[in-house]
Amino acid sequence: MAIGRRAVLGVAAAGPLALPAIRARAQAAGVKIGLVAVQTGPQAALGTQLRDGFLQGLKHTGGKLGGLPAEVVMIDDELRPEVAVTKVRAALERDKVDIVAGVVFSNILAAIMRPVTETNTFLISTNAGPSTFAGRGCNPYFFTTSYNNDQVHSVMGQAATDSKYGRVFVMTPNYQAGRDAAAGFKSRFKGEVVDEVYVPLNQLDFSAELAKIAASKPDAIFTFMPGGLGVNLVRQYRQAGLASIPFLSTFTVDEATLPAQGEAAVGFYSAAPWAPNMDNAANRRFVADFEAAYGYVPGSYAAQSYDAVLLLDSAIRKTGGSLADKDGLRAAIRAAEFQSVRGNFKFGANHYPVQDFWLCQVAKRPDGKFQTETVRKVLENDTDPWAAECRMR
Amino acid sequence: MTAQLLLVQALNGLQFGILLFLVAAGLTLVFGVMDVINLAHGVQYMLGAYLGASLAAATGSFWLGLLLALPATLACGLLLELLVFRHLYDRDHLAQVLATFGVILTLNEAVTLLWGSAPLQVATPALLEGGVTLMPGLQYPLYRLAILAAGLATAGLLWLLVEHTRAGALLRAGASNRPMLAALGVDTGRLFLLVFGLGAMLAGFAGAMAAPILSVEPGMGDSVLILAFVVIVIGGIGSVRGAFLAALLVGLVEVLGRSLLPDLMRLVLAPSPARQAGASIGSMLVYIAMALILAVRPRGLFPARAG
Repeated sequence: MAIGRRAVLGVAAAGPLALPAIRARAQAAGVKIGLVAVQTGPQAALGTQLRDGFLQGLKHTGGKLGGLPAEVVMIDDELRPEVAVTKVRAALERDKVDIVAGVVFSNILAAIMRPVTETNTFLISTNAGPSTFAGRGCNPYFFTTSYNNDQVHSVMGQAATDSKYGRVFVMTPNYQAGRDAAAGFKSRFKGEVVDEVYVPLNQLDFSAELAKIAASKPDAIFTFMPGGLGVNLVRQYRQAGLASIPFLSTFTVDEATLPAQGEAAVGFYSAAPWAPNMDNAANRRFVADFEAAYGYVPGSYAAQSYDAVLLLDSAIRKTGGSLADKDGLRAAIRAAEFQSVRGNFKFGANHYPVQDFWLCQVAKRPDGKFQTETVRKVLENDTDPWAAECRMR
Repeated sequence: MTAQLLLVQALNGLQFGILLFLVAAGLTLVFGVMDVINLAHGVQYMLGAYLGASLAAATGSFWLGLLLALPATLACGLLLELLVFRHLYDRDHLAQVLATFGVILTLNEAVTLLWGSAPLQVATPALLEGGVTLMPGLQYPLYRLAILAAGLATAGLLWLLVEHTRAGALLRAGASNRPMLAALGVDTGRLFLLVFGLGAMLAGFAGAMAAPILSVEPGMGDSVLILAFVVIVIGGIGSVRGAFLAALLVGLVEVLGRSLLPDLMRLVLAPSPARQAGASIGSMLVYIAMALILAVRPRGLFPARAG
């Protein structure tokens, strides 16, 4: 149940009380970002990761983007599309934000896509990456620093094929994203799908499904159980003694849910373009400073938001601080001349990243916290499957 | 589907039913005796889980945490009764729904502020680690057997309380005919406080017991609440015995429906549509069963109210 505070939270002094003259001056000198991150309801932990990653990025750029002082207007979408549209419109018209970023969930992104891009404002998704906007629906004002959802599921399919798993049991929630996950996995999986089980989105107890898995004795299971669903499943899977069957998953064991899954998730697999243990200078600095500032292990939501800050920083610097020259800014964003925490990063023709994907595994760190760690690279410089259909106007 | 798997699934259904009974028992008492629609019962369940988790972490013992969570949730229940519910008894159901919905919003946000929005981890107590092997490759966790035992014990205690004590006689009288009870000089205000406290404690107990197997997160009570209402409506509002049987029925229908339907649908449909149709109908089955039962017995299986 999404439950809401109605207020738009301003991180810095923002909003309706500012005098128009001051606002005009601030606008001329700075850049205002509307950051859409769910802060209410059961999925708020993801929004918090996204927000903290973004703010960490701004700390590293000295609170500036390309030399311009940056101001963040927080927008809590409450995981309700109609609320998101109202608040984003208000941010565009009243707060005069220059760029909208963030967004955890695809349905929120779909809702705010037109309201934002119609005003020729750039929209940088730092998590949601539906295929809707990757192919025919691609948009010159839309970029994402995450991935195409389908890609991540297909990475797990490829990993299962590479691991020579012959029979895999597939279980996902019974809604569009769940069915997409199963389809994405099967697109690169060459073995046999023993059974496909769809569970209700509000499922609490998986014992019936676990008995089915035990009965069909698969080589591995593939599942996509975001948020609390994944917490329940992972614990119950371990308690049922099934952990000897490899647990392949997407968006099920990540840094947002690991604190609750703990030991139960150790050894379970996920697929991602990034993991906290990636060994490059940019990532080491990000992870160390993030943990020092916020006291928890950053997940992909945070990393992709951090990347978005560095991306915008590089782009605005390239245009010499000009936000009005939209074509120039677009070219500068597309160039993506920044040091990503993922190492490799560039945009494809549809403004989705072309990047490497990894098989990751949950591990317990020496300090007792849990994180996903890279096992092996599954796909290199992977372009998402819809890019060819994009005709960028 | 082998007979063995079917038996395991039946056990799973019973176990889920028992968990539902733990939540529904308090709800049916409050609804039946006090005639108050308490949507906030789900958040009391959530409070139980959070308090149990925090107290277990603070004391280092799951059992101590569980034990302490009982008076803590009782206190929360009494506080809620004094602050909110006391003022709702004479109002109509719409006002009660609105006010208790407000309690849901407030407590969900309060929990988010206090504990954060990320799910909490509650370890299974060491005593109940491990499990018994029911079929090759599948362990039945000991902890789930403990939930079964706790549910049965709760059912037994409630039966003793309701059927064989003076307080129980008052409860039954309250559920059956409230104005008459008040006319006989019983202090209904105190009775209601007691019932509400007991209901909150039962919900809290269910939450604390469920914490090691279910995700402890804000809003966790909302999905349980709906099934709990289905249980008490099927069982007959106010009847503990009805709630017990209805909970087992709902648990069985839910689990068996979900596990069998996709396979049954495959007899008449192609595999892919069969899976999706089976999953969709499986999740509706509980509500279909409720509609059928109410069509035959509009007041539930064991109506408590007279007249």
